[in-house]
Amino acid sequence: MKKLLILGAGTAGTMMANHLNKKLNKNEWSITIIDQDEKHYYQPGFLFIPFEIYSEKDVIKEKRRFLPPGVEFIQSPIQIIEAEKNQVKLNDGKIIPYDILIIATGCRIVPSEIEGLDEGWRKNIFDFYTFDGSVALRNKLKEWKGGRLVVHLAEMPIKCPVAPLEFLFLSDWFFAKKGIRKDVDITYVTPLGSAFTKPRASAVLGNLFVTKNIHIVPNFNVSHVEADQNKLVSLDGKEVEYDLLVTIPTNMGDEMIERSGLGDELNFVPTDKHTLQSKNYENIFVIGDATDIPASKAGSVAHFEAEILTENIISFINNKPLEAKFDGHANCYIESGYNKAFLIDFNYDVEPVEGTFPLAGIGPFSLLKETRINHLGKMAFKFIYWNMLLKGIPIPTVPPHMKTSGKKL
Amino acid sequence: MAEKLIAGYTVDVNEEGYLTNPDQWNKEIAAEIAQELGLGELTERHWKVIEFLQNDFKANGKLPTIRRVNKVGGISTKELYELFPDGPLVKAAKVAGLSKPASCV
Ligand SMILES: Cc1cc2nc3c(=O)[nH]c(=O)nc-3n(C[C@H](O)[C@H](O)[C@H](O)COP(=O)(O)OP(=O)(O)OC[C@H]3O[C@@H](n4cnc5c(N)ncnc54)[C@H](O)[C@@H]3O)c2cc1C
Repeated sequence: MKKLLILGAGTAGTMMANHLNKKLNKNEWSITIIDQDEKHYYQPGFLFIPFEIYSEKDVIKEKRRFLPPGVEFIQSPIQIIEAEKNQVKLNDGKIIPYDILIIATGCRIVPSEIEGLDEGWRKNIFDFYTFDGSVALRNKLKEWKGGRLVVHLAEMPIKCPVAPLEFLFLSDWFFAKKGIRKDVDITYVTPLGSAFTKPRASAVLGNLFVTKNIHIVPNFNVSHVEADQNKLVSLDGKEVEYDLLVTIPTNMGDEMIERSGLGDELNFVPTDKHTLQSKNYENIFVIGDATDIPASKAGSVAHFEAEILTENIISFINNKPLEAKFDGHANCYIESGYNKAFLIDFNYDVEPVEGTFPLAGIGPFSLLKETRINHLGKMAFKFIYWNMLLKGIPIPTVPPHMKTSGKKL
Repeated sequence: MAEKLIAGYTVDVNEEGYLTNPDQWNKEIAAEIAQELGLGELTERHWKVIEFLQNDFKANGKLPTIRRVNKVGGISTKELYELFPDGPLVKAAKVAGLSKPASCV
């Protein structure tokens, strides 16, 4: 009996377990999946918790519910991958050998990468990239009377690159509803040259910051935080003061990747951007936020990758060339407040442009336009995630490769 | 796609003046873009950064981060700022004929 081992039962790992469970010959292959956590978190929902649009129950469910019965689930932290020996060691010392390994251990924020953050952490410095963080921030916002709100991006890449922008727009709306918008100064501090860096998107979305009265400090590479002074300081000595800091710290792959000697300087695994095969080991594949490929780190990307990777793993097992090629396809809603949202659809070669999605000329969603339907799409995503996406059920009319029909290229 | 005359060469550029075809890049073009950005004469230390960015881009298909320039390229962040003040990666990438550091929108 041969063994296919999946590390991480988050968005990508769970989808792969479901896809492969349907495709692999059970007389020859067994599938095992390992994760340290028994709970599955719907991370896109973390954005809505601080604003009391979602609560705890919207974003947490048991992991096992989404894994097919034929797949073995081990709940344990993974200590190390010993790639030369084709085996993985768990924290209790147990060894799990594999024939094929899929790394789907994602990435997470590492606040300790920025000096000084710890001192103000959860006092007047918060994140919304973790479940705990989003809940703590909700509690803070309940009592906050206004002042300087600074939303800060430490460095790229981060998962869900549009989330900081969505947070800004939702803040503007939230404080307006509370009647204290005039008492809140909202500033976005980013290491990038502007909030929107792709020319076509900038042209359409560029004035959003002006109309919503959100200030921006671009080209700001953070050096450290002076928590006692409520100040962010950049590498070239610029300073930004805050009363409430919402930061997206450095995102990194899991430390286990570093211990295993498999990562780059941010613990992301070097991966072929088309086939999703590891660049160093033939029988290791990588999917989702754990890869170093130049695609967005998003659940939608993991979803498209999963279909490609399933095909390639079947080819690999049959000693055939890996012909399925991932094109970098991503599809993201951008919540903009007031029950409206934008939608962007893009890949490695085509930047976000205007048009309709998923059906050419019909939609119902509009690309790079602010509509109510787009917002409804974003809110429906929670249902689709729990009921279709995780289980590997294809979404009709949304194939893994980006369609160019219906787009103004 | 727009065209621009830089240092006597006609090159393809995007809306913001970044080269879109790496084959059209050469050192004279780099020197002129550096002048435009107010970086002055390019020194050997500048070239070290430019070469690292280009090689890393070729190998990985994306622009390295400041952290990577430091860790892998061996160029300290402080030096990077001295060479390319105020937005070092944005400027260095432009001089190197690469796309600018981007988010997804
Ligand atoms: C605030 C926020 C908003 C977002 N919004 C969107 C959105 O609107 N649309 C969208 O498409 N995406 C969104 N995302 C991104 C999306 O959630 C991620 O890209 C997606 O979850 C990636 O899937 P993954 O499987 O690679 O990683 P994850 O889902 O994070 O799973 C990784 C798993 O590996 C496990 N693991 C890691 N290391 C170990 C170890 N050493 N031992 C044992 N287990 C381990 C973890 O416990 C985890 O279960 C958002 C993310 C955040 C934080």
